[in-house]
Amino acid sequence: FDRRVVRGMETTLGLVGKDFAIVAADRSAARSIVVFKQDEDKVLELDSHKLLGSAGTAADSKAFTEYIQKNVALYEINTGLKLSTAAASNFIRGELATALRRGPYQTNLMLGGFDSAENRASLYYIDYLASSNKVNYGCHGYASNFVLSILDREWKEGLDVEQGVEIIRKCIAELETRFLVSLPAFTIKLVDKDGIRLLNQHRPEVAAA
Amino acid sequence: TRQCSPELADDDDGSAMSRRYDKVVTTFSPEGRLHQVEYAVEAINNAGTAVGILATDGVVMAGEKQKVTKLLEAPKSSEKIYKLDEHVATVVAGLTADATILIDAARVAAQRYAYQYGEPIPVEQLVERVCNHKQLYTQYGGQRPFGVKFLFAGYDRHFGYQLYLSDPSGTYSGWRATCIGQNANAGQSLLKNDYKGTETTSECVTLALKVLHKTMESLSAENLDLFALRKLDDGTMVHTVFPHDEVVALVADVKKELEAAEAEAAAAIATSSGK
Repeated sequence: FDRRVVRGMETTLGLVGKDFAIVAADRSAARSIVVFKQDEDKVLELDSHKLLGSAGTAADSKAFTEYIQKNVALYEINTGLKLSTAAASNFIRGELATALRRGPYQTNLMLGGFDSAENRASLYYIDYLASSNKVNYGCHGYASNFVLSILDREWKEGLDVEQGVEIIRKCIAELETRFLVSLPAFTIKLVDKDGIRLLNQHRPEVAAA
Repeated sequence: TRQCSPELADDDDGSAMSRRYDKVVTTFSPEGRLHQVEYAVEAINNAGTAVGILATDGVVMAGEKQKVTKLLEAPKSSEKIYKLDEHVATVVAGLTADATILIDAARVAAQRYAYQYGEPIPVEQLVERVCNHKQLYTQYGGQRPFGVKFLFAGYDRHFGYQLYLSDPSGTYSGWRATCIGQNANAGQSLLKNDYKGTETTSECVTLALKVLHKTMESLSAENLDLFALRKLDDGTMVHTVFPHDEVVALVADVKKELEAAEAEAAAAIATSSGK
């Protein structure tokens, strides 16, 4: 159990706007001083209207998030119903909690989703110790030391997409300036009533809609 | 395995063969039937009637209590109607002891779901879990099936108010209004004629009592339980087991209404035959 790995180098962040949520994560797959690849997609699409960004040990992140994704799919197939974002966050938290005293999943998560039943987007900050909290914005990893200040200052109720993306851009710019670990690329995905779209993979400017 | 003795007489259905295949529930008969499951249904056909009706603003259920004598201490909770979770209730027809086991299992399933997802279990999923439990006893273990039919009344955000019927085989179906237990067919045909689908809860209460009036030997507040499930505007679910006095009044009203209708019909016949 390497606490440095869990706390550290990888980043996932997110925020909610008036009718959407954005979840972003860096694209590095690395260990110690070696970078394996810079194009790893760490924002998994749980279903048509849910995003799960992860940061932590590569194996645990992948294994756990895919496990969640398949269980969410199974629920939909079995029942014909979609899980709400809140229900999904409870389920995720429960799985982390069960594993916590056996062999914890070393992965921190940002869950963003849009619920058509309530016509509202929501965001959950879930950490590897199985805490889950509904938030307006959040960030995991060392990067949070820089990013949270930006989010604290910039976030307000009722953001539109452009404003939301601009805040993400500022967060990433701050990391480029101040964070020791170079994170040259981010996956940025947005979820709203129409589903999920990829905003940008390399640079945090909005891709043409 | 059990073999019937050769001197066993033929069945009513003309087949001595069925006796060979009915002792053990986990065996099909040559006609492809599970006799034990069918016998379980027979047991329920002798049980007190239960009726469930979907209203526009709630679900109404009522059940006939068969074991009513002066010496019997009134139970603290109903023997027919049970709460499974804040948003689901059930009325039972059949062996009460069997029902209790399934009700306990249903309650646990509902809480397990709430624990896992932080939300109330969708009604159909709860029904399915109970039914899957029942099905086990038609396929494994050589134990007899549960001699119970349930009517489940519930509300969830996916489909609003819902009514489901489940039987000993483990199948279930969704209903707008239905009847189980003794004289269920008579009750069902009354519902078919009279139920429109636009009734409010209070109209459904009257209709439920009319159904029981038809299926029971004598309708009285002493031998029935009346129940309604409704959601208030603020989202709270309300389970109402109607208090005795209210039931007495409602039964009296229904009887009066039916008598008036009968008198009218008799008068109409008299007039027309007088021509």
